Amino acid sequence: MSMTVFQAMNGATFAALLFIVASGFTLIFGLMRIVNLAHGALYLMGGYFGLVVAHRTDSFTLALAAAALAVAAIGFGTYTLLLRFVGGNVLRQVLLTLGLALVLDDLALVIWGGDAFTVPIPEALRGPVQVGSLVYPKYRLFLLLFSVAVFIGLALLLRHTRLGALIRAGVDDAEMVDAMGIDIQRVFVYTFMLGAALAGIGGVLGGAFLTLYPTADSDILVFSLAVVIIGGRGSLAGTAIGSLFVGMLATFGQVWFPELAYFVIFGPMALLLAFRPLGLFGRTA
Amino acid sequence: MNRRKFLSSASAVVAANAVTAVGPFVRPASAQGGPIRIGLLAPLTGVVAAGGKEMVEGFNLYWDQHGKKVAGREIEIIVEDDASNPDTALQKARRLVEQRNVNMLIGDLLANTGLAVAEYVKGNGVPYFIPIIAADDLTQRKRIPNVIRIAGYSASQMPRPLADYAYHKKGYRKVVTISQDYTFGYEQCGGFCQTFSENGGQVLHQFWQPLNTADFSPYLAQIQSLKPDVVYAMETGADANRFIQQYANFGLKGKIPMLGCMNLTDQSVIRTLGAECDGIVSSAQFCEGSTAPATEKFVAEYEKAFNKLPSLYGFSMYSGAMWLDAGMKAVNGNVEDRPKFLAAIRKVVLNDSPLGRPVRLDDYGNPIYDVYIREVKRRPDGKYWNVPLETVPNVSQFGKYDPETYLKQASYSRTFQGIKKS
Repeated sequence: MSMTVFQAMNGATFAALLFIVASGFTLIFGLMRIVNLAHGALYLMGGYFGLVVAHRTDSFTLALAAAALAVAAIGFGTYTLLLRFVGGNVLRQVLLTLGLALVLDDLALVIWGGDAFTVPIPEALRGPVQVGSLVYPKYRLFLLLFSVAVFIGLALLLRHTRLGALIRAGVDDAEMVDAMGIDIQRVFVYTFMLGAALAGIGGVLGGAFLTLYPTADSDILVFSLAVVIIGGRGSLAGTAIGSLFVGMLATFGQVWFPELAYFVIFGPMALLLAFRPLGLFGRTA
Repeated sequence: MNRRKFLSSASAVVAANAVTAVGPFVRPASAQGGPIRIGLLAPLTGVVAAGGKEMVEGFNLYWDQHGKKVAGREIEIIVEDDASNPDTALQKARRLVEQRNVNMLIGDLLANTGLAVAEYVKGNGVPYFIPIIAADDLTQRKRIPNVIRIAGYSASQMPRPLADYAYHKKGYRKVVTISQDYTFGYEQCGGFCQTFSENGGQVLHQFWQPLNTADFSPYLAQIQSLKPDVVYAMETGADANRFIQQYANFGLKGKIPMLGCMNLTDQSVIRTLGAECDGIVSSAQFCEGSTAPATEKFVAEYEKAFNKLPSLYGFSMYSGAMWLDAGMKAVNGNVEDRPKFLAAIRKVVLNDSPLGRPVRLDDYGNPIYDVYIREVKRRPDGKYWNVPLETVPNVSQFGKYDPETYLKQASYSRTFQGIKKS
């Protein structure tokens, strides 16, 4: 029994990280219809920026803030200098973002080398804590709380702010929003920066327990894609459910069917898509 | 220009090209006196790029120290990136041999890249040296005469002394192994489990996780509930880094002692870690914290040159260069006579290696070592490194087994781990 609870905790905390990364992905995907294959690379860059800041300042909070800002800036550059010019052409967007991912990866390899790095976390979050009969790492519990905070924050943003309303409207029909005299390009830029910032924050949080290494970006990208496809694009609740789904499958899959660790995630995903092509919470545009 | 004229002029061009094109493909009858060309293959991009970079550093460090000259001939080193990919490795090996006319190949890191190149040189007899590639059968059941593991080791060789140490010295009786799910892992775990179980120990369970496992928590939970005396971990690269860290964060460190393959606590892994890696015991021919004067000298020089402690990769390629140097001197630089050169390489006894102890090959082309049982400790300056606990002399790739009998046993695999049922 306690074993199952323990594994469920593992699944939930892994899902927490996936949610933070994938929520950024789904914002961009849902609103702009851009499959941003550089999202994993943004995650990795965020992790490395956070690493540098954490080493310099000894502050995890500063590392998170710096990574969010720096990666948002990369997002700004990417959108205004590159993506804006291939608007609407899916194939070009995919190729462009994939190319960008490769460039960022190689850049990271040149700057930081290929060793696996860990973002240092505050002393207070290190080691395990005893909850009842359960011994569990403090950091992963922190991660769980953090992701809940991000969920609430994003939900409030989408529900109760003007930007949120514009994003929601844009997800449903971007052209109509444009036609109503609202500068949709501006909304796109903000959304892209927000999505990128979430990837950056994810990089720092993930880098603290999954380490940063040259192919970490594609590993997390594959999981994020699965989350978004299962949850349905553009839906915050869908992303949360999708993250839990993938996190639990990854964890229990490894326990129950260790030989089929990857199949356990992507098998059900294929099955789901066969019956619900738009994902659990997806809606037709 | 009419059609006939075009054809005749075109064929003239083709003919002219053919004449000049023959040039580079004809090997000069005697290359003696020209430079000796060494083709160095290393993964400078891809998953194991960090290790690949250190391979090149270690190899070049030796030649920079000792002068790029053997028996009056210049040494020319041509580096190619195998991209951690067997296809690329094969293509680069071809280019080195067929276009750059190298006299020999050395290097590669991942077993699949090494096997691709080994298969290629099997056909043309080019000497190929593998200080890093540890696949057992390259010096066991599938030997290739011109492929020699100078300054390297075979995967199942090192864990055996560790299994003896665990059983006899520490009194561990029940082990759980966790390993990356590929050949290198099967061979390392096989070496450990066979010896451990033949001593009388019990292998409770073996976990095989996919390469690049982000989250070890599912395995850690199960390891804890199996209540073993000790864990044997076979992890390399970023997986090793994560495993050690998550082991500590889940509170297993200090409760269940950890043993590991040499890659688990190699400098390439622990140089970015802190106290989490303290106290892990592993076995290897090289130990950067050894007090042998030759090792101390090498480590100091390496640290000065690259501002970091040498990893297995840097050390092995440095020793490999030393080995080549000795072999080439023995044939007076005449590496074109391949049988003689290979025989000389096989006969080398490396007395001045950074290990501070003589190293030679067994009859199957794999080195025999005095193996260190080593433990990760904190150095006064705060860096972590491996220090020796004890030494097991003369360990060959066959351990205590008779080579011919041993070779009749199946190769280690996921399903065959040589475990003796008690």
